[in-house]
Amino acid sequence: MKGMSVIVKKVAQLMGGLIFVYGMYIITHGHLTPGGGFAGGALVAGAFILLILANGSDYVRLKRQEEGSSVVESSAVLTALVLAVIGLFAGSLWFFNNYLPAGTAGELLSAGVIPLYNIFIGMEVAAALITIFLALVIYKEEISR
Amino acid sequence: METLLLLIIGFMIIAGITAIHARDLLSALIAQGFVGYGLVICFLLLRAPDLAIVQIVVETITLIIMVAVVLDSTRKELDVAADKRQVRTIAASILFIALLMVYFSRAISALNPFGEHTLRMSEAYVTGAVEQTGSLNLVTGILWDFRGYDTLGEATVLFTAAIGILTIIRLTGKK
Repeated sequence: MKGMSVIVKKVAQLMGGLIFVYGMYIITHGHLTPGGGFAGGALVAGAFILLILANGSDYVRLKRQEEGSSVVESSAVLTALVLAVIGLFAGSLWFFNNYLPAGTAGELLSAGVIPLYNIFIGMEVAAALITIFLALVIYKEEISR
Repeated sequence: METLLLLIIGFMIIAGITAIHARDLLSALIAQGFVGYGLVICFLLLRAPDLAIVQIVVETITLIIMVAVVLDSTRKELDVAADKRQVRTIAASILFIALLMVYFSRAISALNPFGEHTLRMSEAYVTGAVEQTGSLNLVTGILWDFRGYDTLGEATVLFTAAIGILTIIRLTGKK
């Protein structure tokens, strides 16, 4: 797919990093400030979609990116599930048991397993949205050949 | 604040009706975007920043994808001529609306008066969540501790959507 004009490319390059860092902040501070894995993951995916739309990309690179993102998506959701199953064996017998020490509320390293869930679900949401976008783009490239 | 909320909701209803009746699909999409961003402002006014962040990002991404699809295929809506089947459709929808109104009017009389809903579950969540989970953001604490199973289901929905799109749309895998 082709890129857009120089102005759009430059603005996308300037804004892409900012959006990515803001998404990372929303994910890692999900247990302190509004947001969490879903919102931050969607923001990170938005940064990548903005860069791909503005700069364009050739067919081979798109396919490689799509393979990577689908692997990240599947392994992230599997890791979140494994973290939940560990709760069955640690301490009392609950699925989704919060087995790590809770710490002081308000610090970055607190709330037990919740930040880990946020990080992995953020990865899963970001990779899933990018995979859907790339699959649509690759489909268009394939039928236009 | 309530008048502002009512104003935005009325604006959203007008935009939704415009989106249904627009002849040009691109203008229908833009009107539908008004509905989504109006919902963001509603969430912010009702003090739900978590939902507002998710809604504004997802709305933008879906709007981008749908605009790309419309620009790539066609901008004209299909002309469907009126035939005999439409009479049956209209009759069925009127019947269902009447049925729903009857059952809703019966159910609403059994509920608590407006603004005095029962808070058995949410009171326990709100008062003890910070001490039990250690998470300062109550929404995340409830989502990942008390309601972890629900949230895992939500994440699986997105996973399934990606897998489904890959299965349907990829041509090389089918050959």
